[in-house]
Amino acid sequence: MAYTVSKLTDYSSNALLKAFGEAKLAFREELRGASSPAGWKAVRDRWMARKNGILTQINDRLMAAPKEAKREIGQYLNDLKQFVEKEIETWQEHEEGSVGKLAPLFQSVDITLPGIRRPIGAEHPVIKTTNEMVRVFQKLGYSVADGPVVETDYYNFEALNFPPNHPARDTQDTLFIAGQQGKAQRERLLLRTHTSPVQIRTMETMRPPIRILIPGTVHRNDPPDASHSPMFHQIEGLAVDTNITFGDLKGTLDHAMKEFFGSSVKTSFRPSFFPFTEPSAEMFVSCFICGGSGRRGAEPCRPCKQTGWIEILGCGMVDPNVFQFVKDNGYDPKKVSGFAFGMGADRIALLKYGVDDLQLFFQGDVRFLGQWA
Amino acid sequence: MKISPQWVREFVELAVDDRRLAEDLTGVGIAVEGSSGSGADTVFEMEIGTNRPDAMNHYGVAREAAAIYDLPLKQLSGLGDSGAKAQSNFREPNAALKRRSSTVHDAAGTKTSAAKAASSTASDGTTEVVPFPSVSSSAVSSHDASFPIAVEEPQLCPRFTARVIRGTMIKPSPEKIARRLRLLEQRPISNAVDATNYVLWEMGKPTHVFDMDLLEGGRLIIRRARNGEKLKTLDGVERSLISEDLVVADAKKAVGLAGVMGGYDTMITDKTRNILIESAWWDPLTVRKMSRRHGLHTDASHRFERGADFESTILSCDLVAALILESGGGELVGDAIDVVSRKMDQAPVVLRLAEVQRILGGNLSTREILRILKKLGFTAIPEGQADMQFYVTAPSWRLDVEREIDVIEEIARLHGYDKFENTLPAYSGAVVELPHAAMDATLRERALALGYNEAVSLTFISHADAEMFSSAKVLELENPLSEEASVMRTSMGPGMLDMLAWNLNRDSENVRLFEMGRVYEMAGGERVEPTRACLGATLAAVKGSLLAGGALDVSTGKHAVVAEAFRSFKGDVENLLAPFAYVELTFDRETSEYFHSGRSARALMDGAVVAQFGQIAEDVKSQRKLRQDVFLAEIDLERLHTRGLRTVRFKAPGKYPAVERDFSFVFADVVEFEAMRRAVTGLGMGALRSFTPVEIFRGGSIGAGKYSILLRARLQSDEGTLRDEQIAVWSGELVRALQGLGGVQRA
Ligand SMILES: [Zn+2]
Repeated sequence: MAYTVSKLTDYSSNALLKAFGEAKLAFREELRGASSPAGWKAVRDRWMARKNGILTQINDRLMAAPKEAKREIGQYLNDLKQFVEKEIETWQEHEEGSVGKLAPLFQSVDITLPGIRRPIGAEHPVIKTTNEMVRVFQKLGYSVADGPVVETDYYNFEALNFPPNHPARDTQDTLFIAGQQGKAQRERLLLRTHTSPVQIRTMETMRPPIRILIPGTVHRNDPPDASHSPMFHQIEGLAVDTNITFGDLKGTLDHAMKEFFGSSVKTSFRPSFFPFTEPSAEMFVSCFICGGSGRRGAEPCRPCKQTGWIEILGCGMVDPNVFQFVKDNGYDPKKVSGFAFGMGADRIALLKYGVDDLQLFFQGDVRFLGQWA
Repeated sequence: MKISPQWVREFVELAVDDRRLAEDLTGVGIAVEGSSGSGADTVFEMEIGTNRPDAMNHYGVAREAAAIYDLPLKQLSGLGDSGAKAQSNFREPNAALKRRSSTVHDAAGTKTSAAKAASSTASDGTTEVVPFPSVSSSAVSSHDASFPIAVEEPQLCPRFTARVIRGTMIKPSPEKIARRLRLLEQRPISNAVDATNYVLWEMGKPTHVFDMDLLEGGRLIIRRARNGEKLKTLDGVERSLISEDLVVADAKKAVGLAGVMGGYDTMITDKTRNILIESAWWDPLTVRKMSRRHGLHTDASHRFERGADFESTILSCDLVAALILESGGGELVGDAIDVVSRKMDQAPVVLRLAEVQRILGGNLSTREILRILKKLGFTAIPEGQADMQFYVTAPSWRLDVEREIDVIEEIARLHGYDKFENTLPAYSGAVVELPHAAMDATLRERALALGYNEAVSLTFISHADAEMFSSAKVLELENPLSEEASVMRTSMGPGMLDMLAWNLNRDSENVRLFEMGRVYEMAGGERVEPTRACLGATLAAVKGSLLAGGALDVSTGKHAVVAEAFRSFKGDVENLLAPFAYVELTFDRETSEYFHSGRSARALMDGAVVAQFGQIAEDVKSQRKLRQDVFLAEIDLERLHTRGLRTVRFKAPGKYPAVERDFSFVFADVVEFEAMRRAVTGLGMGALRSFTPVEIFRGGSIGAGKYSILLRARLQSDEGTLRDEQIAVWSGELVRALQGLGGVQRA
């Protein structure tokens, strides 16, 4: 079993290659067979000993080789020596690394088996999106504000320049609280249809200048489907100061969108209508999915309906009528101006993560939520 | 709303293609949301804001296009030319019809009785207008055009215009008209009805046509309905009216719900020969209320409640008349009957250029501002010499423009929003966090770290759930989406259990969820929205997170499994509560009924309840068809918020070695660990660092109703190494304390 140095009669290159190859394999086998420190030390000594070690024996045997083969033999011999030394060295390092315990190479583990993962909870994509947006605006000087979900008609509509019976109220699909008939209209309770009432509540308590961001839950009487939910999330912003202009509104949102979606997105503003802002606008960002081309390879880009633009939010300059409701707290529309904006956090999360059904956000399905872990 | 670009092009000669037109209209807020068809059949799907009824028709869109491209807009012609055309085409061939119509007119005998009725109503202050003599149109018949119209509600009907056609024929519309209506997905009915529909889509003014012979008493009265008065509307529905409804009536009955829908009994039929065309201006709020009250949202009410063009009543009547005459022949009788009870007052607005600059920023030239206003039909007269401010008057179709800011918006809109330079405003304020932000963030981070997926559930629950899960007074919805979602949640529990069930029904066995949010209650007559955190976990998940070798209860059998599972879930709750500031956290069993009475607990921070948690009761589990035992924790964030987060105060680890002593006892089941802990800590040993259970066992040689428990005391002194004698003394005290609870020490 143990290797012995055989006599060589053929000194051709092929014969030498074969002979030295056999010696290498034999050495490796012996080393692997060793299962204790004493064992591998014995293997080392048998091969490397100056006196009568196998390497020495080979060297001695080859003294008889013809002169013309000596040079080649020298190279093979050197190579074998280095191989043996290297193997022994690796072996030794490995052994010294394991704490007093022999861990033979052949006992290595299957590193391709899956790791044991302690469960880590996943952030909800809508809340994650909201928090990211909040951070973007905090860096621009915005503080988070909040307010009640069950609102009065006054804050949800009247003070936002939706007069009683105004057709603009129709677009809000409001859910009302029962049993309010006995109250004056402005006192009647409803589920806020937007986070905008917090604009009024904040301006009632804080004097200008202000910069606030209002993330929150809102409700509409929309039966659930792939793109509607009776409950969803908005992120509202408001900035009021002396000399806030429409250019400031555009610049702020353009900056925020680049921060959120990436510096390559562009913004575009189109006229729109909201009772509480004037001028009012809808803001689009260049499609961050297709890069604004409207196509993804050969396929049309669905998220932007091939237009290259995606509608993200509604915004505008605060209507002077809104300021009239909080005029006494320093919001004289002759002296201050401001802008407001509002976006759907759920919609942005849908677009950002390519989710195709809004209902998935509200089912608590771990197969869905776990994807954000 | 649908718009045919081909039709728009009739009014303005556009050089751009439909695609470009769509983009440019969208750019000024006349949004084209989509396009279908091709060539002449192209149809734009429009999205037009509630403030722009003037643009909800082809001429209005053409007006915007003309403004965008600085092109001339063709005048809409009523009877000026097409009326004349109608006459030349049809007058002679319809001589027979003319005769017949005059017969009808006479036979009805309306003329004299109408005159009487009119004079009788005139005395009570209502408006009564004697029809103008016919002058302008060449299509006027020789008959007396008199048709008295009495407006009893001048505030609600400031203008009522009518025209009369006699001797026409009702038949299908010409193909051009029918085709256009079909393109807009309007169903062609007959030439007369289609004429009103066509004009509505052409220039936006709703009109109505009556079969004049079915109008009893030969006159119209604009009045409030009588309570209980009946009116069968065009849709065939018999409606019961109330006194707040405004109607168009003849001498005997209501014949139309003002601005909403005409009456069935006076509608145009195949037999109709004589037509009265109505074009009025109705009070928007009145129309809106009626439309809602009767659940009738019509193309007409949609426009009236947003404000129609006061100046277009005559033109619209003429356009309808021209179309009817062209297709059905007949004669126009007299001139337009135009009852104006009140002028719409559009006061000029002062526009200051400085204000334009203050709101919009940028540098708009005065020339550009004036150009835009002129293109949109506004007039601007300089006030003073400096050209710094102007008196701006909006056109009659723009009732939405009343204030300076409205004019500024028009300037920005047509200039192009994207042309304004992006700027960032300076700010001198500071960013402030909400008072509870740090606490909520800490709790959330911990829940995530513990392996709970963050969930968001709907805020509605059923009455039954509200009753079961909370004693709070609920906020009920007036118009809920469903019975199961009829009240605002008073507890996060039902939503969490539903989500757990959802997962179990989809073969996800290993589920951990948490949700933070508000519940909604009435308290002391006021609504409150306290915040809550909720954990939910399936038994499989709870068992899965048990540490290998970490079991305390090593007995065999179900009880040990249950006990360990509870302890696992309790550990998660403790981890969530740990960062808050408190002296003592204790637990009792006073949980709500939906919890398993033996496997749930309340957590009290210094005596105040902050959470309840544990396994869900068996009956709740079966009611909700939960396929596995589940655990629920409800945490009262309001209570936690009042405590704030604990501030860490560093404590040096002891310098001297600690000593552990184990004590093995057998106790009756009724003696809980908490009693032992209290008994031992009550000894006041300064060196007692901890007192913990190490192993619990039931069965074997331990008798029924009893259990063995291995307890470990860790002792350490700050003054020096503990001496064996001292340890022995303390051990003795400890054993006696435990014996005092009925414990029997094992060898
Ligand atoms: Zn795209």
